[in-house]
Amino acid sequence: MAGHSTYVPKTRFAKWLDSRLPILRLANDTMTTFPTPRNLNVWYSFGGILTFMLGIQIVTGIVLAMHYVPSADKAFDSVENIMRDVNYGWLLRYLHSNGASFFFLAVYLHIFRGLYYGSYKAPREILWIIGVLIYVLMIATAFLGYTLPWGQMSFWAATVITNLFSSIDQVLPGAGTHITQWLWGGFAVGDPTLNRFFSLHYLLPFVIAGLVVLHIWALHVPGNNNPLGIDVKGPQDTVPFHPYYTVKDAFYLCLFVILYAIVVFYLPNSLVEPDNYVPANPLVTPPEIVPEWYLLPFYAMLRSIPQKLFGVIVLFGALAVLVFVPWLDTSRVRSMRFRPLAKQFFWALVVDCLLLGYLGAHRPDAVFPGTGIPMLPFARLGTAYYYAYFLLILPLLGIFETPKPLPATIATSVTGHGVEQVNAPAE
Amino acid sequence: MRFSRLALALGFSLAASAANAALDTSPLPPKKPGWSFDGPLDMYDRASLQRGFQVYKEVCSTCHSLNRVAFAALSSDNGGYGFFTGPQAKAIAAGYKVPADPNDKGETTDEKGQPLMRPGITADHFPPPFPNEQAARASNAGALPPDLSVIVKARAGGPDYVYSILTGFHQKPPAGFTVLPNKYYNPYFNGWNISMPPPLAPNQVTFSDGTKATVDQMAHDVVTFLSWAAEPTMEDRKRIGFGVMLFLLAFAGILYLSYRRIWADIH
Repeated sequence: MAGHSTYVPKTRFAKWLDSRLPILRLANDTMTTFPTPRNLNVWYSFGGILTFMLGIQIVTGIVLAMHYVPSADKAFDSVENIMRDVNYGWLLRYLHSNGASFFFLAVYLHIFRGLYYGSYKAPREILWIIGVLIYVLMIATAFLGYTLPWGQMSFWAATVITNLFSSIDQVLPGAGTHITQWLWGGFAVGDPTLNRFFSLHYLLPFVIAGLVVLHIWALHVPGNNNPLGIDVKGPQDTVPFHPYYTVKDAFYLCLFVILYAIVVFYLPNSLVEPDNYVPANPLVTPPEIVPEWYLLPFYAMLRSIPQKLFGVIVLFGALAVLVFVPWLDTSRVRSMRFRPLAKQFFWALVVDCLLLGYLGAHRPDAVFPGTGIPMLPFARLGTAYYYAYFLLILPLLGIFETPKPLPATIATSVTGHGVEQVNAPAE
Repeated sequence: MRFSRLALALGFSLAASAANAALDTSPLPPKKPGWSFDGPLDMYDRASLQRGFQVYKEVCSTCHSLNRVAFAALSSDNGGYGFFTGPQAKAIAAGYKVPADPNDKGETTDEKGQPLMRPGITADHFPPPFPNEQAARASNAGALPPDLSVIVKARAGGPDYVYSILTGFHQKPPAGFTVLPNKYYNPYFNGWNISMPPPLAPNQVTFSDGTKATVDQMAHDVVTFLSWAAEPTMEDRKRIGFGVMLFLLAFAGILYLSYRRIWADIH
């Protein structure tokens, strides 16, 4: 926690440095002695995993950029050149393209972890909001990156997403078209669009890295939340970050990397649309334009709304609402372990997001295979539930739900002795 | 001219969609013949690749380009991904004519007005059969034969799909289905009307290794070759992947033991 420093410089150089730039003190306090709740479970290892994935994406991305050519004529061929002629180019590209998917897999588990254990509640509101900003920038970066291979999906995804801004025409006639053409750098998605997308795709990860520093800083002031959602009461509740959580995080990171490696080495194209191996062609619209899997729930929301501008508002609102979660949830209990009702609504939200993801991969007029049941009503219901969870359920549950009694301390709950069991089942 | 052709094509497809409206013309699921490179440790069958290359060269390449593949890729010398020796790859390249640079006088055509050509070298890519898209369409009743460099990755179903298309001709269309002019019936193709004429006939090529050139054999071999063309680095990927998996599993084991040991005094 803030001001807990126990660092004692040992060498003369360390003393000299400590009175000028206490960077070793910072490293010691944040990565070694940092008191961490002793009861963090596997879901708390995704912060470390996400930092690792950001590093992988930046390193592979920098090398890929040395070989990639951001030009409408050459982009597709330059990617094929990377795959065929650059030493280990295939490895770099598959690590990078599948890395995006695993980055999102980790961030979704991380976000749902935060929602389940109430990690957004006081005093961690700023921590949560920085996290939401990182997530939004990740989406932007992933979308920009998806356009770079300049395949059919790249081109048409760029067209669909930039066209969202033209919906502003419905309230400010002409303004939407103007903004869209300004984004394109022309009258259609083309060479200037690809060039600026590449430039921004290279820039945003470093903005994300900066926000990650703030995110970790904001984490280290109040310290970690934990699965019980109760505050740390004293040293008996914590262990030093190193070696306890360095080794635990390393183990779970290794398991995560095994999954990642299976996809990179054995199923490298399983998460991309085959159409993206067809070079971009402005004259041929693919039968189905879909984003990557991690954006499908939002795509389902967009396409479930018949009115374009309203659909765009619902899409961006689904992200914006996350910023206000710390104040929308009125319950004073953080962890859903002690919130019997909230827990059920939470799992319904998880199922809802998976359902929206499934629906997002299909046309709005599609039916469930083999049943003839149309998908559209479910997409609308799913969208409604997503909003209801944040705007209705979380605010009301805090008032009407009776939480279970909380344990007195983390140590009590973990070791089962020291202090009397507060949450023992009633006889 | 172009507009009238478009209108004509549109008219045909409208007529066809009216005639075929009663039928569900979504493609059949592709056949699954099994491939030498299916499993996580499996590599491309060398002999099949060589035969498949012959099929591509003698049959497919009359209409389909292979723009992204260089002759050098055919060579397995110096750790290359190919299935011929370096001298063989060189000889194959030399068998093709590619556009030459301007000569010393700055001319790009010979005395007859023909573009200057030279024999290919291994740094060259396979030259396309048509100089441009319009020429390709003009020779193929308006249809554009796609480039085959990454066709296996560019179609859902991958090698199974391409194989099913190649072997899916010569079936009797169901009653009520209209095969359009200049189109062929192929139930594995979306809409069942495909512009490509049946490309393979028995004994169309003569394999030097004595393999009987049935349609099925040629299709199987050329799809193996096209899978290689789409991803010549697959073998490296699987080899390296195997080592990576062994390392990660062992490392995970060590980390798990460390984790248990370090946490032993806590719980």
